[in-house]
Amino acid sequence: MTPQKAGFTQPLALTCGVTLPGFELAYETYGKLNAARSNAVLVPHALNASHHVAGVYADAPDNVGWWDNMVGPGKPLDTNRFFVVGVNNLGGCHGSTGPMSPNPATGKPWGGDFPVVTVEDWVNAQAHLADHLGIETFAAVMGGSLGAMQSLQWALSFPDRIRHALVVAAAPKLSAQNIAFNEVARQAITTDPEFHGGHYYEHGVVPRTGLRLARMLGHITYLSDDAMMEKFGRTLRSGALGFNFDIDFEIESYLRYQGDKFSTYFDANTYLRITKALDYFDPAADFGGDLSAAMARAKAAFLVISFTSDWRFAPSRSREIVRALLDNRRVVSYLEIDAPHGHDAFLMEDERYMNAVRAYFGNIEL
Amino acid sequence: MTDADRALLASRPDLATIAQWVAPNARVLDLGCGDGMLLRYLWKERGSHGYGVEIDDAKVGASVRNDVNVLQMDLESGLSAFGDGSFDYVILSQTLQAMRHTEDIMREMVRVGREAIVSFPNFGHWASRLQVVKGRMPVSESLPHAWYNTPNLHLCTIADFEDLARKIGLNIEERVVLHEGRPVTLLPNLFGSLAVYRCAAG
Repeated sequence: MTPQKAGFTQPLALTCGVTLPGFELAYETYGKLNAARSNAVLVPHALNASHHVAGVYADAPDNVGWWDNMVGPGKPLDTNRFFVVGVNNLGGCHGSTGPMSPNPATGKPWGGDFPVVTVEDWVNAQAHLADHLGIETFAAVMGGSLGAMQSLQWALSFPDRIRHALVVAAAPKLSAQNIAFNEVARQAITTDPEFHGGHYYEHGVVPRTGLRLARMLGHITYLSDDAMMEKFGRTLRSGALGFNFDIDFEIESYLRYQGDKFSTYFDANTYLRITKALDYFDPAADFGGDLSAAMARAKAAFLVISFTSDWRFAPSRSREIVRALLDNRRVVSYLEIDAPHGHDAFLMEDERYMNAVRAYFGNIEL
Repeated sequence: MTDADRALLASRPDLATIAQWVAPNARVLDLGCGDGMLLRYLWKERGSHGYGVEIDDAKVGASVRNDVNVLQMDLESGLSAFGDGSFDYVILSQTLQAMRHTEDIMREMVRVGREAIVSFPNFGHWASRLQVVKGRMPVSESLPHAWYNTPNLHLCTIADFEDLARKIGLNIEERVVLHEGRPVTLLPNLFGSLAVYRCAAG
């Protein structure tokens, strides 16, 4: 499989009021669209992932898709039966139009001038990709975390173009604590001396320190206390305390490694925008905070899944979504998986979780 | 009716009674829905729109496989996910005796449903009484567990249940008492091993 690009010449009006004159989306597909065009499944990505959902590229056998345990031939989302579409979101840094793309007004990279995009904007752009691929209605849209918010938004923005919404490890809106974590991450980036108001490309630099800190902070919120203790404990890197500020504990080493790795491939401007999209997501806002009223226009059947040790988007947040669906008498199943890994559980192997997704897709009629 | 449906109704005689009571196209909530077969039967045969509530991972998984709406939630913490009067029937089949908050769940059932359908093993059945008289905790087809490994917490007799129903102001609309799948009309609290009730808020 190879990544592809679709160019769109029609203008895209964004929630913030800016209209993009045109845009490109990087995407990948797996499996075959059937003659009835009834087997397409969209898998939007969460914070730091991309359109590379599953499998490997011929020339990069180590670059495995981010949800390869879930999506592929014979996997729970079986690409022998379904035509799966992965897409890099608008504002992303993996090939879709974003802060690194040229601003048509100046010919220079957008940088800090790239608009703040929302989950609704992403879903609108994805609908253009669906048109481009000849998909009138998705059999399902499946996502975890921020991907799950897009799945939910699909059911609201295009109720007639999605038959099933799989919403994993989600929240109907961020809590103050969630926003607080995002703000610390953004502050780390924007106060980095190399940030230059987002125009760091022109200066030939990258706000790597800030991006690294943002990622380290994020990683703490993806794991549960227990999972972190289980994995790292208080194990010392070199067997003895150093009495200095180098690495003492394995957890420090892990966070530094994750931060360093991330800061070499991810774009800080994209990170800022994705965290804002998370903060702004609140489908109930236009309905006086009444999520049940907001969900009234959804027609899709839902599978909502949460994980007991997820403190970032705890099960109670998923139950808010379930309650709103029940109030509207929608078709919904809800699983609360007793898994130890925290928020990251949605990416992990868990037999109950995997089997439920497999069974759910097995029951989707094509 | 499929072979699986026939097997289900044969293995759980209370379900046949429950299924008869559920009007076509009703909105149904099945508490402790197990593998979801009752809901599936009601959906396929009677056009019910329903949800099941189940806590056990394996049973929740089986319900998803059976393509019914299942919600993994703990009944002991109530039915707060459901609004008042959201259902025509709320079913609790052979689960009442295993619940800690027996009275609370009964009240919750008639809050979220127009009618509550409850079935439970009758502890007043003569075989149970006889075993108690002989100085033993009863073990039978409807009470298959030994005292030390039973999930049952609140076993009751038909008379006991009707006392509770009165206490919390439920009207008993219909009652069927069964033994070995057949209705018992003579001295039901003595000769019936399984009781099925349809109740409404008074």
